[in-house]
Amino acid sequence: MAKKSITININGTPRSGEVEDRLLLVHFIRDDCALTGTHIGCDSTHCGACTVLLDGTAVKSCTVLAVQADGREVSTIEGMEGAALHPLQEGFFEEHGLQCGFCTPGMIMSAKHLLDNNPKPNEEEIRCGISGNLCRCTGYQNIVKSVQYASNKIQESESVGGE
Amino acid sequence: MIAYKFDYKVANSIEEAFSMLSSAGDAGSFISGGHSLVPAMKLRLAEPETLIDISKIPGMSGVAIEDGFITIGGLVTHAEVASSYIIKESCPGLAECAGVIGDAQVRNKGTIGGNVAHADPGSDYPGALIAFGATICLSSSEGSREIAAENFFTGLFDTAKEQGEIVTAVKVPVASSSAYAKFPNPASRYAVVGVGVALNMENSTCQSIIIGVTGAADHAYRAKESESILNGSELEENNIEKAASAVSESKEMMNDLVASADYRTHLCGVMLKRAIAKAKYRS
Repeated sequence: MAKKSITININGTPRSGEVEDRLLLVHFIRDDCALTGTHIGCDSTHCGACTVLLDGTAVKSCTVLAVQADGREVSTIEGMEGAALHPLQEGFFEEHGLQCGFCTPGMIMSAKHLLDNNPKPNEEEIRCGISGNLCRCTGYQNIVKSVQYASNKIQESESVGGE
Repeated sequence: MIAYKFDYKVANSIEEAFSMLSSAGDAGSFISGGHSLVPAMKLRLAEPETLIDISKIPGMSGVAIEDGFITIGGLVTHAEVASSYIIKESCPGLAECAGVIGDAQVRNKGTIGGNVAHADPGSDYPGALIAFGATICLSSSEGSREIAAENFFTGLFDTAKEQGEIVTAVKVPVASSSAYAKFPNPASRYAVVGVGVALNMENSTCQSIIIGVTGAADHAYRAKESESILNGSELEENNIEKAASAVSESKEMMNDLVASADYRTHLCGVMLKRAIAKAKYRS
């Protein structure tokens, strides 16, 4: 079984590789592209540490084949920071949204998907939005606050920009 | 965890998918969202030699409503069903069911066609689709056929679908008084027990009720004994109690680490009551 040539646009940069069909997207991101911000936790579709955006949609990259992402766009935690920290990153910093930090990249990518689709989520909607991400430090209270911080910050900057 | 080696192919049309599968024979498998199949392959419980990606086949996406039936393409994700305006309006119980499958990321990838084809006993859709009178639309190189959801789920991970058939769509009749209630496994979010109810009330009398149960037995089933207790009644408390104790009556409940058979029997009744209450509220 010959390897396949794939090109995945990761954080705006085309990344090409010759991969086995069975290679998981998370391994392509971490091992072939050396983007190790995306974590592998349970490796069984439960914990969400490997969450990335695939064409803007949050998915668990341990359950997607790299060949399935060929020609598509992937965003990882490394792509979040622009000139400054993304409001979500700032929120996790300000609100102490991480303890050990293992779940944080996945949490932030899930929260990004949530805020992209629902810019003003209430607490229940935030908890539902991150329900596919486990924090074994059980720091959920502060994670929710971090997402609320980011939501407020994005609203504020948009209202300033709109005036 | 790494799957056994396989050959991945992308089908750009349904005809191409059939021809790829026919070359692969029994060792071939279709994949769409892959959220049942990939985990099984990683655990090496499934070992297809050829994986045929059907997710790019045109004409199997989208939700449409016509002549009292909602048609949901086989490639429609759970997130799309949960947020579809058509489905929320015309079959709220189905949107409710899709919205409690797994978690957000799983709902973004998993598809209704893949879900019913896989037929996990703890899957949510089967119970809801049986209750809402859905039809599963299948196609193969031999032609197309339709089968009622009630007759589709036949056993543990087993359905009436033949090797080589693709679930192209699921058709659901409009059922505004529909509801789904579920007791999730707190870790996996699979249904320990899930109950779907479609209700037709006229002048405070239950003209008809259909009840579908998932998670409880080795495959989803229709709870006809409970239905017959409630048909023609005014859904008085004593009748609902009788129906609740009959939901699991003739079925062998699963007995595993998650829940004992007795506990599942109990949950069947509780979930039925919750689903009826929600469906009644919507009528």
